Amino acid sequence: MSNGAVKQLLVISGKGGTGKTTLVSSFASLAKVKVLSDCDVDAADLHLILKPNPKVEEEFSGGKIAVKNDELCTDCGICREYCRYDAIDENFNIDEFSCEGCGVCEYVCPEDAITMEDVLSGYSTESETAYGDMAHGELVAGEETSGKLVTNIKQKAQRIAEETGVDLIIIDGSPGIGCPVIASLADVDIALLVAEPTLSGLNDLERVIELVNHFGIQAHIVINKYDINEAITARIEELANKSNLPISGKIPYDPTVTDAMIHEKSIVEYSSGQASQEIKDIWTKLEKSLS
Amino acid sequence: MQITISAGKGGTGKTTVAVSLALALKDNYAIQFLDCDVEEPDSKIFLKPELQSEESVNLKIPYVNDEVCTYCGECGEACQFNAIATFGENTLVYPELCHGCGLCSLVCPVDAITEEDHKIGELRSGTANGIAYHEGDLTIGSPMATPIISELKKKIDPEMISILDSPPGTACPVIESLHGSDFALLVTEPTLFGLHDLKLSVDVVKELKIPVGVIINRFGLGDNRVEEYCETEDIPVLLRIPDDRTIAEHYSNGIPFIEKLEGWKEKFLELFQQIEDEVELQSKKLEEISQEYNEQRCS
Repeated sequence: MSNGAVKQLLVISGKGGTGKTTLVSSFASLAKVKVLSDCDVDAADLHLILKPNPKVEEEFSGGKIAVKNDELCTDCGICREYCRYDAIDENFNIDEFSCEGCGVCEYVCPEDAITMEDVLSGYSTESETAYGDMAHGELVAGEETSGKLVTNIKQKAQRIAEETGVDLIIIDGSPGIGCPVIASLADVDIALLVAEPTLSGLNDLERVIELVNHFGIQAHIVINKYDINEAITARIEELANKSNLPISGKIPYDPTVTDAMIHEKSIVEYSSGQASQEIKDIWTKLEKSLS
Repeated sequence: MQITISAGKGGTGKTTVAVSLALALKDNYAIQFLDCDVEEPDSKIFLKPELQSEESVNLKIPYVNDEVCTYCGECGEACQFNAIATFGENTLVYPELCHGCGLCSLVCPVDAITEEDHKIGELRSGTANGIAYHEGDLTIGSPMATPIISELKKKIDPEMISILDSPPGTACPVIESLHGSDFALLVTEPTLFGLHDLKLSVDVVKELKIPVGVIINRFGLGDNRVEEYCETEDIPVLLRIPDDRTIAEHYSNGIPFIEKLEGWKEKFLELFQQIEDEVELQSKKLEEISQEYNEQRCS
């Protein structure tokens, strides 16, 4: 799926809180040369560990919002009739949370009382870190267009990689299977799926496997905290086998993972315990698959 | 009463809290449960509902009649989502980008565009142990979660206590879930990521002007910065669920822990009393703030 020489590794999980950022922050210290990218724009956490030093911060507008001029409005109600998002109330005020920015109201208004204005959806940033350059971003709380912001950040990461002659981008993704995740899958070489051995984890892994298959992306699986429930770990292994997906590793439950986070360090930098060792082995395997 | 359980960070225990609250209240109140995490609906694993009905959620997407289309390209110019475009003698529709607003068919000067239903998800309804259960399910490969949540929320019966299990994050599906709620219950964990993402959620509920309370899950893990933050921001911490291997094991096997561990049903009943008190208290405060704001603006 890749275009060109730069390879992309995306870490996603379906279910949230399974350890995506723990893995990406570790890969950041293990991979020799790479560009880093945090595409979990809803709740970006990678910067808390990598402590980027921003170089260029850009405002990002991914959509529009309808704004009404009350002096021109005659309360005819035509806009309300046509709006499919119930974004115009009985007093003909526009609810900014419901407005999709489609422009139907602007088009149908006989008085030209509505204009479409750009909304600030978020920020897209290029930074330096101790581990390499980083492209990341942040959605303004409550804004839409997270998919477009993800695409913008990924394009930045790609450009930085090409300009600096780096051939690998490591991307921290969002939970779920919706808009931001689909946007993050574009041009990915390997999607690393982080699963946890719970029934919810298993259910969500099935859905995310179906998603990567739908888009024809090669995937590998990591089972985090595999020893919390070994019976379900066995079922994840069965699912991986049935889906023809390799398991890159099984990370044991290790309380030092939380300690490392409290100390704002990646687990591989913080400890040389079991979890840390396993993540190093996983990285060695991934590096081979990516080359 | 509409209570939405949300979180900035995924995997902090939204479903555990939502399911526990519903189970604790079901004997004393009429309860409705809505699983709004349509990308990963998991509450059914714990509530084991008997599903009685199923319906499709469709978006109206354009269908271009090639015999009428003059390839003028006006539809593509008007569309805000790049979901329709004309290339030479070809007008193409990209269903996965379409928001179903209908603008293209309005602007088409020759009426070449009609609309057809495109399935983006499903709603399922049933009952679970006396709880009226509804869930949304996003079709895999379809990016648009929000319209499914808004359809799902039409099932809300204002006579009942509605408990909504929201998706994680702060983007549109979360806003759609929180919109119109009487109370937002934010679940977090006492870690660096938990705190950071809690702050993002608090920004969202403040903007939406919804009364709010916090539940700290895996309490005992990490540090006490979440507590300090809540104190500074004057946000009540309504419940602490300990970092306990037995709870985690029950969760992993799809068993609601309040059915197994003594004393927890009572704690969730108490939580509900606190929520009722906080709704009253905070609604008053929010009203005062907006009155003050209006007075300042008028003067």
